Amino acid sequence: MTSCDMLLLRFGEITVKGKNRSRFEKAALSHVKSLLRPYPAAKVIHEFGRIYVELNGEPAENIIDALKNVFGVTSISPVKVVPSELEAIVAGAIEFVSAICPGPEATTFKVSARRVWKPFAHGSQEMNKLVGGPVLKASPHLKVDVHHPELELHVEIRERRTYLYSKVIPAAGGFPLGTNGKAMLLLSGGIDSPVAGWSAMRRGLEIECVHFHSYPFTSKMAEEKVIDLAKVLSRYSGQIKLHLIPFTEIQTVLAGTGQDNLIITLMRRAMLRIASMLAERNGALALVTGDSLGQVASQTLASMNVIGRVTELPLLRPLVMSDKEEIIGQAKRIGTYDLSILPYEDCCTLFVPKSPSTNPNLHIVERIEASLAGLTGMLEAAVEGTETLVIKPHEPVQRKAGDEAEIKEDWF
Amino acid sequence: MKYFDHAATTPPYDEVTRTIAEVMSRHYGNPSSLHRLGEESSKLLRKAREVCAQAMDVKPGEIVFTSGATESNNMAIKGATLQYAGRGKHLITTATEHPSVFECCKQLEQLGWEVTYLPVNSEGQVTERQVEEALRKDTVLVSVMHVNNETGAVQPVTAIGGMLKEKHPRVLFHVDGVQGFGKVPLQLNNSGIDLYSLSAHKIKGPKGIGLLYVREGVSLFPLLAGGGQEEGRRSGTENIPYIVGFSKAVRLAKEGERERQARLKQLKAELVRGIKAIQELTLNSVPEGAPHIVHFSYPGMKAEALLHMLEEEGFLVSTQSACSSKKAEPSRALLAMGKGAEAAASGIRISLGEEHTETDISDLLKALDKCVRRLQNLKGERKS
Repeated sequence: MTSCDMLLLRFGEITVKGKNRSRFEKAALSHVKSLLRPYPAAKVIHEFGRIYVELNGEPAENIIDALKNVFGVTSISPVKVVPSELEAIVAGAIEFVSAICPGPEATTFKVSARRVWKPFAHGSQEMNKLVGGPVLKASPHLKVDVHHPELELHVEIRERRTYLYSKVIPAAGGFPLGTNGKAMLLLSGGIDSPVAGWSAMRRGLEIECVHFHSYPFTSKMAEEKVIDLAKVLSRYSGQIKLHLIPFTEIQTVLAGTGQDNLIITLMRRAMLRIASMLAERNGALALVTGDSLGQVASQTLASMNVIGRVTELPLLRPLVMSDKEEIIGQAKRIGTYDLSILPYEDCCTLFVPKSPSTNPNLHIVERIEASLAGLTGMLEAAVEGTETLVIKPHEPVQRKAGDEAEIKEDWF
Repeated sequence: MKYFDHAATTPPYDEVTRTIAEVMSRHYGNPSSLHRLGEESSKLLRKAREVCAQAMDVKPGEIVFTSGATESNNMAIKGATLQYAGRGKHLITTATEHPSVFECCKQLEQLGWEVTYLPVNSEGQVTERQVEEALRKDTVLVSVMHVNNETGAVQPVTAIGGMLKEKHPRVLFHVDGVQGFGKVPLQLNNSGIDLYSLSAHKIKGPKGIGLLYVREGVSLFPLLAGGGQEEGRRSGTENIPYIVGFSKAVRLAKEGERERQARLKQLKAELVRGIKAIQELTLNSVPEGAPHIVHFSYPGMKAEALLHMLEEEGFLVSTQSACSSKKAEPSRALLAMGKGAEAAASGIRISLGEEHTETDISDLLKALDKCVRRLQNLKGERKS
């Protein structure tokens, strides 16, 4: 990859979006720029349907790894730039191919030239031959196969310069960040909810995370874990908000009803009501959860029905039809899996009854809630008691001052 | 007093000692405790592990903190041979390893294992070919140091790792990285190296702390059983202040590696030129060796005499390696390189640090020349 001096980023779906395209491309562009902040020499050029990143000596591999996370970008190609002169193009092609495919294993090969700048003296077909011949001579392990080549060298001839590239690295795809509005993500400490959040972000949603804690029944470590998970998600968005909701009292009251098999249903409903209130305050138009159909008692169709009715907002469940194995694979790819499997209890695993209802009755649930006079007030109090953190990928998280001994970054 | 014994141990960074003092007084909590103080300690431990992993370009879960490289080497060799005893009872190592590897192998021989000690060439090196030829069906582990602590000879560990990974992926490969880290760049990730030992005090960190890199997928039989710390791989309450200080030293060592290597190389070249000019001395280290170790012999002269005379002049150097220098025997490493017993018994090691300057080197050379002149006179007098 040392042979490349520019990256070519392609947009996918968003090019079909008519008038909105420029807004979408701008969103993706600003995302790219924010991720390039650690690489000051890299220069971003926006062209119709594409973004170019001139590396100017910055490390290609690190930048590709970062830009793979830009939503709306479907693929990235490392590009070698040469002047638009036949000799320079041929020499550049020989060097480029021998760098990315040094042999000696036999490799099938093809040149795909495209003359975008028509005044260039040689046509596309002619260029395929003019470039292909010398490259084959210089790398005898290559064999031409115009139908299914293992290595396709693209030669794109433009007015000032010509681009040589071969690799097409798949990127995140989807829609640029925030172009489809905002939603609240219910973030537990588990495997599913971070993946659901990532999927929602990929679809162009801006996400604010909501986490319920039942300190002292849950530990501070569980809270740290959620902060760390939000931090991983913030890598995909530049920054992310995390609302920490005190849930102990509500949970205690709900547990006090003695309705053991309905406690999970009651808790989930209370959580959705609080999340809906937060959504209204923060201008979000939907709730996102990590529900996957049938995975646990609260995620049966009957449970989803009774729980979901408590909110009028659309409930988005990106993982609802995914298998656990698929979700785990995705969690590993986005980097949340290792955190998610840390063994700290969250408030959903506390007070878990022996046999939670998989088929709760809406009327009974509503009657229990109606019998709890102070419930609505407690939900509001929980919203008031929210601690909101703004989390960025490379900065320590600022918390309310506590009396704990602080940890200094400069110790490390 | 000028300190020229960095291969024995290094003066710690000021910021490392400050970190240790602050962490030690504030964060005395046991990372296994559930209360806040324990949680803070556990957070420090996690962060330190991440910092080390990032500097070494490995995963945090692949790092086990130990009490130092002696423990790391013991853990690697005994842990692997015990864990994988079902694969066989044969090990391969070299004739010039550090005592913490060498004596480990000797112990295993007493317990019925067979060990092949590969001879080194006159420059102190083995080849991957030698390793390959020594491999047997029942070989469990190969252990080769990266940089020799006495002569600075650099072993081709990347080539050996590559060969093992390609042709004999079941054979584990341990590298004692103590003398190389921060001075001779080495990539661990994807190198065929399964186990890699580091010590803090050789890279300007505290004594009594080190680590072993254990590649994901490799298990070791734990030598210390107990409370199950370090994922059960090394029990014992974690030494949080030292671990944090160590992580800082690891980061600093890695960050400045290329620059330090280039600088030390220059100083070494200067020193070597001066030593060659003194005809009584014979150089044992080679130009391709590590940039911070220069080794020479003064045939016919007890090394200790020169050491103490240099000390009077204000320069601290070493005979043999610090770990063996109280023994009167000639150096095992030098004998293995084919040096005569006389040269092997009269070896002096000068080891450099990043804080040395060109002036320090020229002062040292002047003193060295002066001492040799004086010793030559004494020798002459005695003869007559």
